[in-house]
Amino acid sequence: MTWDWSAVGDFMPHFWDGLLVTLQALVLGSLISFALGLVWALLMRTPTRWVRWPVGVVTEFIRNTPLLVQLFFLFYVLPEWNITFSAMTTGVVAIGLHYSTYTMQVYRAGIEGVPAGQWEAATALNLPLTRTWTAVILPQAIRRVVPALGNYVISMLKDTPLLMAITVLDMLGEARLFSQQNFQFTEPLTVIGVAFILISYPASLLMRALERRLVR
Amino acid sequence: MSADTPLTEDSAANPAVDGSELIRFDKVTKRFGDNTVLDDLDFSVASGKHVTLIGPSGSGKTTILRLLMTLLKPDEGTIKVGGDYLTHEEKNGKLVPAGEKHIREVRKNIGMVFQQFNLFPNMKVLRNITEAPVTVLGMSKDAAEERARELLDMVGLAEHIDKYPSQLSGGQQQRVAIARALAMRPQVLLLDEVTSALDPELVVGVLDVLRDIARSTDITMLCVTHEMSFARDISDQVLMFDSGRVLESGPPEKIFGDPEHDRTREFLGAVL
Repeated sequence: MTWDWSAVGDFMPHFWDGLLVTLQALVLGSLISFALGLVWALLMRTPTRWVRWPVGVVTEFIRNTPLLVQLFFLFYVLPEWNITFSAMTTGVVAIGLHYSTYTMQVYRAGIEGVPAGQWEAATALNLPLTRTWTAVILPQAIRRVVPALGNYVISMLKDTPLLMAITVLDMLGEARLFSQQNFQFTEPLTVIGVAFILISYPASLLMRALERRLVR
Repeated sequence: MSADTPLTEDSAANPAVDGSELIRFDKVTKRFGDNTVLDDLDFSVASGKHVTLIGPSGSGKTTILRLLMTLLKPDEGTIKVGGDYLTHEEKNGKLVPAGEKHIREVRKNIGMVFQQFNLFPNMKVLRNITEAPVTVLGMSKDAAEERARELLDMVGLAEHIDKYPSQLSGGQQQRVAIARALAMRPQVLLLDEVTSALDPELVVGVLDVLRDIARSTDITMLCVTHEMSFARDISDQVLMFDSGRVLESGPPEKIFGDPEHDRTREFLGAVL
């Protein structure tokens, strides 16, 4: 095995394309998982069992089946019911949905961590329920869980290569395509491996710093 | 705060401030599991009075305040505030459990200060005080802020208006909490062991503020405390509780000086 710098050079334009796709999937997937996870967490706190029960079953199901299976299902089965999205859209939705079932648990812990006295003070001041949530409870709950959410973003980054399975050309997709066309595997795979570390390690340091700042 | 700036501006127009009955507990029972905390309790408080509840821990004093603040619901009996049922409402001549709208309406008259302050840590001092007047009473932001400044001035914390609660001492936080409760202009102020969580040297400042309020306003105060000298100072009436009932009640001179029951004497002997 020899290392060929010219292969690295040839791969780089494809690498940038792949990096862009990976980061897009990561950012959009994160946003979906943050928003949807909060919705699940709030629905699980409604007094009616008829809301909590279905939400509980669906999210439990999604959390306990592999992301790859969900990707295939959304990409290959939905079109049979004439529901079609681009591969990228499908991928982003699947990742966001899958991870929302984890972020909902993070939010739940954050919400339960807000002391009962905060609810009581809000009642004593006669704040309406929605205002109590938006002005008192959620700002405190979310502040506590930012680091935990961040850790799921790093996890999600490492799951983005699964998108290759539904034809999305993320970093790994680009590397594989390049390798098969040029019979050079070492260089492109090494480049994207280094790229993953360069993104995720500083991100985890950032999360640790945030944790020190926010969780008191 | 001087006596010519009353905290309850609209109190002149309020018929309840003439010493008539403002709070009435009627056969109220509250249980926690097998433990009956309040047992068929009857008592009333006249408007403008300062009433102190004393008694051994577990005798139901704090439960009374929490029932009044609607943090708890009675198992039996009714509570009236200003002539309105607190947790019930009358529909077609029948008494039914109150809806949220009715409870919110009656709750407007009541404010509470907690043992653990319970300031909102995500808001600065100013917004802790203005949040509810703006969002609940619909005050303008400017008016609410002006009022907050007055109240902070009164509790001696004007210079801390832009700080977060975590930057203040326990005593300062509690004085902010008092200002926050008063900002809603309640008719009744509930004080739940407000100095129990404080270091001894910080207690005085909080009690001074409360004495000031008791003297200069016509707000009705219901106070659970272990500070007997403070109770003697501000109270018009002292209620001695034991096992979920009022054992005896009367003016402070009577209860502290010449109580009727040995049980009261014992209790006072233990805390004084």
